[in-house]
Amino acid sequence: MVAFDEMRPESAGLRNPYSEYDNWLTEQDTARLGQKMKDAENVFRRTGITFAVYGEQNAAERLIPFDIVPRILSGAEWRRLTQGIEQRVQALNAFLEDIYHRQEILRAGRVPRELIAGNVAFLPEMIGVRPPAGVYTHIIGTDIVRTGENEFYVLEDNARTPSGVSYMIENRETMMQLFPELFKRIKVRPVENYPQLLRQSLAAVAPRSADEQPTIAVLTPGSFNSAYFEHAFLADHMGVELVEGQDLRVVDGHVAMRTTEGYKRIDVLYRRVDDDFLDPLTFNPDSVLGVPGIMDVYRAGNITIANAPGTGIADDKAIYSYMPEIVEFYTGRKAILGNIPTWRCSEADSLAYVLEHLGELVVKEVHGSGGYGMLVGPAATKKEREAFAEKLRARPGNYIAQPTLALSTCPILTDAGLAPRHVDLRPFVLVSDRIRIVPGGLTRVALKPGSLVVNSSQGGGTKDTWVLDD
Amino acid sequence: MLLNIVHQTTYRYDQSLPYALQRVRLIPRTDALQTVDRWELSYEGAREEVRFVDHFGNQCRLLSTEPGASQIVITAKGMVTTRDQTGVSGQHAGFAPLWLFERETPLTMPSDAIAALSKPLGGPETLGMLHDLMHAIEKRVAYVTGSTTPETTADEALSAGQGVCQDHAHIFISAVRMQGLPARYVSGYLLMDDTTQQVATHAWAEAHVPGLGWVGFDVSNGICPDERYVRVAFGRDYRDAMPVAGIRQGQAHEQLEVHVTVEQ
Amino acid sequence: MLLGRTANGLYWMARYIERAENMARLVDAGLRMALTRNEGDVEEWTSVIVSSGVEAGYRQKHTEFNAANVCDYLLRDAENGSSVLSSIETARTNARMVRTALTRETWESINDAWMSFRRMLASPIDEREVPKVLDAIKRETAQIRGAFQGTMLRNEIYDFCQLGLHVERADNTARILDVKYYVLLPSISWVGSSMDNYQWESILRSVSAHRSYRWVYDAAYKPTNIAEFLILSRRMPRSLAFCYRMIDESLEGLANDYGNRHMSHEMCENTLSRLKRMTIKDVLDEGLHEFLTDFLIRTNNLGDQVARDYRFF
Repeated sequence: MVAFDEMRPESAGLRNPYSEYDNWLTEQDTARLGQKMKDAENVFRRTGITFAVYGEQNAAERLIPFDIVPRILSGAEWRRLTQGIEQRVQALNAFLEDIYHRQEILRAGRVPRELIAGNVAFLPEMIGVRPPAGVYTHIIGTDIVRTGENEFYVLEDNARTPSGVSYMIENRETMMQLFPELFKRIKVRPVENYPQLLRQSLAAVAPRSADEQPTIAVLTPGSFNSAYFEHAFLADHMGVELVEGQDLRVVDGHVAMRTTEGYKRIDVLYRRVDDDFLDPLTFNPDSVLGVPGIMDVYRAGNITIANAPGTGIADDKAIYSYMPEIVEFYTGRKAILGNIPTWRCSEADSLAYVLEHLGELVVKEVHGSGGYGMLVGPAATKKEREAFAEKLRARPGNYIAQPTLALSTCPILTDAGLAPRHVDLRPFVLVSDRIRIVPGGLTRVALKPGSLVVNSSQGGGTKDTWVLDD
Repeated sequence: MLLNIVHQTTYRYDQSLPYALQRVRLIPRTDALQTVDRWELSYEGAREEVRFVDHFGNQCRLLSTEPGASQIVITAKGMVTTRDQTGVSGQHAGFAPLWLFERETPLTMPSDAIAALSKPLGGPETLGMLHDLMHAIEKRVAYVTGSTTPETTADEALSAGQGVCQDHAHIFISAVRMQGLPARYVSGYLLMDDTTQQVATHAWAEAHVPGLGWVGFDVSNGICPDERYVRVAFGRDYRDAMPVAGIRQGQAHEQLEVHVTVEQ
Repeated sequence: MLLGRTANGLYWMARYIERAENMARLVDAGLRMALTRNEGDVEEWTSVIVSSGVEAGYRQKHTEFNAANVCDYLLRDAENGSSVLSSIETARTNARMVRTALTRETWESINDAWMSFRRMLASPIDEREVPKVLDAIKRETAQIRGAFQGTMLRNEIYDFCQLGLHVERADNTARILDVKYYVLLPSISWVGSSMDNYQWESILRSVSAHRSYRWVYDAAYKPTNIAEFLILSRRMPRSLAFCYRMIDESLEGLANDYGNRHMSHEMCENTLSRLKRMTIKDVLDEGLHEFLTDFLIRTNNLGDQVARDYRFF
């Protein structure tokens, strides 16, 4: 399986977007680059940009490895990508609106009812809720993989609480600190204004009763959450409060935060707490991370929750396989960005196929995320495959399978010089009265040679992503 | 029939409450079976935060306790005109899809014992079979006040052989769903023949019969609801339709007292 | 406007940074005094532990009061919530929680200190290395103070930190005094005893005041002077009066920012005016121990009242 290298594909030599960077690179001394790599790590460690890894006792805070070779996309490539993403995001919101109201798509038989009815991500409590501007999923991280010059596919639609955007910004910040001369030579479109765009976007979907300047806050599960750094980062850069459940209660018909001067009303809550923990009066009664009664205030139209509860029904991996149909149903057009062919193990034929071809496929849990509970067939041992087959047979509806794609590669700097590694891309999309996509995103890179697992929780790293201003 | 209803819920605490919320579903709606002529809610020791309509179309209020309150009184009262339609309340309406009422819930989990109560439902015999099911449960599970708690499941009540109206409704709902029809829980009021004082609010079940729509079954009294019944809230089970659901901070011990008067 | 939880986090962050430094200073004084003494140093180490306010916990773990045990307990024992290591951990956890309220320099200096303390205090410290470690601790906390003072806006955030710092410091100084109050009583002490000289120096060293004392009083140690210096001096930055002047300043800052005065303002003014009004003779007449006990209660109550007034919880 030969992967497409985004800098120097086998067939064609150096690709255009990388030409100026390559000129610069040939002028550099390798020892200096190695030093820069260490500098970058120090910057991250000093500023405390760390993330927690679940299931690791002593690595409560760890750095995500950063590679200093940028991943570069041309302006034209980016435009094609964003058209596809916009279409997809519109479809996701239309789907959510429909699924929590008349469910036309189920009536039309385009998506099987069982997929919704039997899905824990479907929240009955959201039935009949129409949030401001009709937006359910406000912040989306669309995971995209590339397999060739013009071949981009959507791997996942993260429509709940996608993370990683702070790394996109800090990666750029670090690159500008390390290589200011590069940014003089090459025109790269900026990503630093993301927090301002996020703020504008959130303000635009405030409840109608809110002031001209709505009060926005970021809700975090707390400083022990793996993405706490990002929560603090976003609150800080937006200039809004970072709140926890213990700061909030229902006061005078609104959700309000406890301040040194008393309770102050919140109009828009950018929550990074999962649905189940959001409201102990409505969902998990043992949750201390949420706000009792917030769903009542929400249904009364007195607060905007971003993303809306129940958006998980749109990015569920079982729903994913229907995205081409969903896009067509709501936008009336074929999907611009393709899906990766997906076998739904709930279907008997597919299950049989998947069991027969386990060695070639990637099998994922329908409700899982972050690369947990998945099997990468070609990389697994016979024993691991057999164990997984057991799980598959026991609960086929819990799994989907996809071919192992030859993800494109980009070079990273290793002790032995540049070496290709597989990458994916997560651009961040903001939806309010309009759709905004910051030119860039988070490029995740598998650091082990040949590895296809880019998740940071599984030893992946990140790169700065450049969209050229051409 | 014109019914006069007073429903008073009193919570007493052994110390003052720092903070508590109560979500109440105490407002009947006008529909094919009833017209709400007048209805009002009043509170002591608590105030209204928001009003909203929940996902089943129930009118809800969220109340918060007044700082330092050690007693909360929630009073619902009004007048409702009812019509006897032999329990048929009609076609399904609202955004909550019918299939939602086919899904099991923790309180109505299926079991072999429940399955054994009924044959597969459907066809022209359905209505009669539902009546048989109602009587079968009535016979198997004696009405004994205080024998179960709000957490008791349908299967637990059935194997204990005793329960209250809530348990009767849960068993009926579970059995109907297991046999392939949608079923829902109804909380409300009932005018008893010989007394105006009720022990508590009443509850029964509705099954969705193809062609007819929703039809009510009151297992506890072995009849389909008539003009003596006032429907207040619906849901998949008790948890969705409970008249008052609360959450509170602090260590206070709670004592609950409910007075319901229904008279003509 | 500030979240109540943030104000609480800032307050305790500052308290724990101050506490880490105070612990190092106490151990430093203990080491120094133990060196200059011929007979057993049990008494000295006992009073170090008592002054740290961790006697009960210590006794559960150790039976002997000696340098190795005390150093280990005060510097790196994770079970001791006030050890340097625990303090920096708590300070950083709070800092992390209120991160958006801090300048990058302040946060980084705390994070740096946390990283270096964790490294330095990872394993038991060789007795010969203790002075080096104490120096490093004091240097790191001084760096935090420098970054904080040099970059933080003088607003409510600053005020809550300063409030925490000075409440902690006032409490610390009062406790040190209270443990050895009897050697400062004129009736018992008699000038020139080597025993008392030793005790007086110990007290002054515990608050790093042995040199500044000489600058101010220009004479040999005298108990009433020492008591006056640590209780009433307006210049000595660890004296009770100085701490209250700073607490008052912070509370006034908050009152100005919010346009609102609370019960805590009244309580602070009350104690401050008492400290301003009293002479050392008044203090000794009232009874040094009684005075200090009352002071500790007042300070504790003030902290609680601040938490209530500004909705820490």
